[in-house]
Amino acid sequence: MDVAIIGLGMHRFGRTQALSGVQQGAVAVRAALADAGVAWKQIQFAYGGSQDAGNADALVNELGLTGLQFTNIWNGCATGGSSLHAAYAAIKSGEYDLGVVVGFDKHPPGAFNPDPAEWGLGNWYGEAGLMLTTQFFAMKIQRYMHDHGITEQALARVAEKAFYNGSINPEAWRRQALSQEEILASMMVSHPLRKYMFCSPAEGAVALVVCSEKIARQFTAHPVTLKTAVVRSRYYGSFEVFSPSQAPVVNDAPTQTASRAAFEQAGIGPGDVDVLQLQDTDSGAEIIHMAENGFCEHGEQERLLRDGATRIDGRMPVNTDGGCLANGEPVGASGLRQVHEVCLQLRCQAGARQVPGDPRVGYTHVYGAPGVSGVNIVTR
Amino acid sequence: MSVQSQPIADNLFTWPAESPELLGSRCRRCGEHAFPAQPDCRSCSASDSETVALGNRGTLWTWTVQSFLPKPPYAGPAEPEHFIPYGVGYVEMPCGLRVEARLKPNTPESLRIGMPMKLIIEPLYRDTDGNDVLIFAFDAETEA
Repeated sequence: MDVAIIGLGMHRFGRTQALSGVQQGAVAVRAALADAGVAWKQIQFAYGGSQDAGNADALVNELGLTGLQFTNIWNGCATGGSSLHAAYAAIKSGEYDLGVVVGFDKHPPGAFNPDPAEWGLGNWYGEAGLMLTTQFFAMKIQRYMHDHGITEQALARVAEKAFYNGSINPEAWRRQALSQEEILASMMVSHPLRKYMFCSPAEGAVALVVCSEKIARQFTAHPVTLKTAVVRSRYYGSFEVFSPSQAPVVNDAPTQTASRAAFEQAGIGPGDVDVLQLQDTDSGAEIIHMAENGFCEHGEQERLLRDGATRIDGRMPVNTDGGCLANGEPVGASGLRQVHEVCLQLRCQAGARQVPGDPRVGYTHVYGAPGVSGVNIVTR
Repeated sequence: MSVQSQPIADNLFTWPAESPELLGSRCRRCGEHAFPAQPDCRSCSASDSETVALGNRGTLWTWTVQSFLPKPPYAGPAEPEHFIPYGVGYVEMPCGLRVEARLKPNTPESLRIGMPMKLIIEPLYRDTDGNDVLIFAFDAETEA
């Protein structure tokens, strides 16, 4: 039995002083319910989570106490992906046929400052100033540039595209296009990554209404099918965030294993994908993830970016809404924003940023601490 | 009275020592190393490891420069105006394990993948009892 996504809702990412994270979550759920034409009291189950903004099931105080099964999910940067996977499994199993997936967050400004103990690490690691996600992403792309001939210009091209896409997305947080020159002149944060090459922790919420495909057409003439939802953790030998040491053996990154499993389950390949979202914590991450998800060979990104292949009008449009770079990263919501965007694209409702050519297959990929990846494939 | 010094955590490096070395663990079943030392093996899941010295020389595998003051729990000097950027990198040790560490060189011009590095032990901060708290780091190996 296939799973359909029939409702999309979002509370704009960025900073919303007046609303708590949970309240932003409620805005997103109401929007998704309205989009699907479903009442909250019809919803049988929900999965949701946030990192810093509280328990998702507190949403029932806003939305109504209807006795539904509501499960909180916390799974690092794959929180949204894990919620969607849980909902996918609940419908696949036949136990339920109508549910909500929601992610929201509200982070303070500035880089994340995780507590080492929560990640199974000694306090010394944080005290020594080694536990910053920015450092990891910088060191991963530093080595990648060395091994695969990627240039600083390519890093700037990714950011230029992101902020351009943000500038034509009325829901984006960062709406000002930036030139490569401006990006390359911005402050160096963690060599080789500059200020405009990094996303910022932010606020925001996304909700999806999902149902069994057999009832989807009761609600909408244009359901999107969630072909697969996959989450994978790391293998021994992959180079991951928050690692005081790294093994000499080389193994596939969780992105590679999640991506491969997702393509297998969906019965398609990277060449079939019309519009995609790749984790762009920073410009370098997007470049690495193009190859780790199977969309090109390592090193090929330099030419693809020069040719504009990942722009909205390119042959593999990446992060059409501006991605994390233009929207910021509320951890609990970020992975679901990606799904929201590719669904909008498949419904041809993405306005000025709509990819041309009647897209039919969408792909989303999230990566983050502590070395976890989530991949979703949607079709219509 | 002279300032006392103590390592930031036990079992990260030999101390006090004439020529300090990093400490890690080696799995007796599969031979894989870990840093810091841990009882269980990340590779083969066995629980049969021994603490071993990882040495004090290596080569730089990747690097960056930390250019802004980290938030707590960072324990170095807390005033932004006194913050001195520090290098961060993974140093490949003779056993092949790559250990993440602070680096003394702190400019892109002074850091290069593949450069030889040597272990140093340096104070990170002074604790409330007036003791220097020591952290391991790597400096560029100077030519003999």
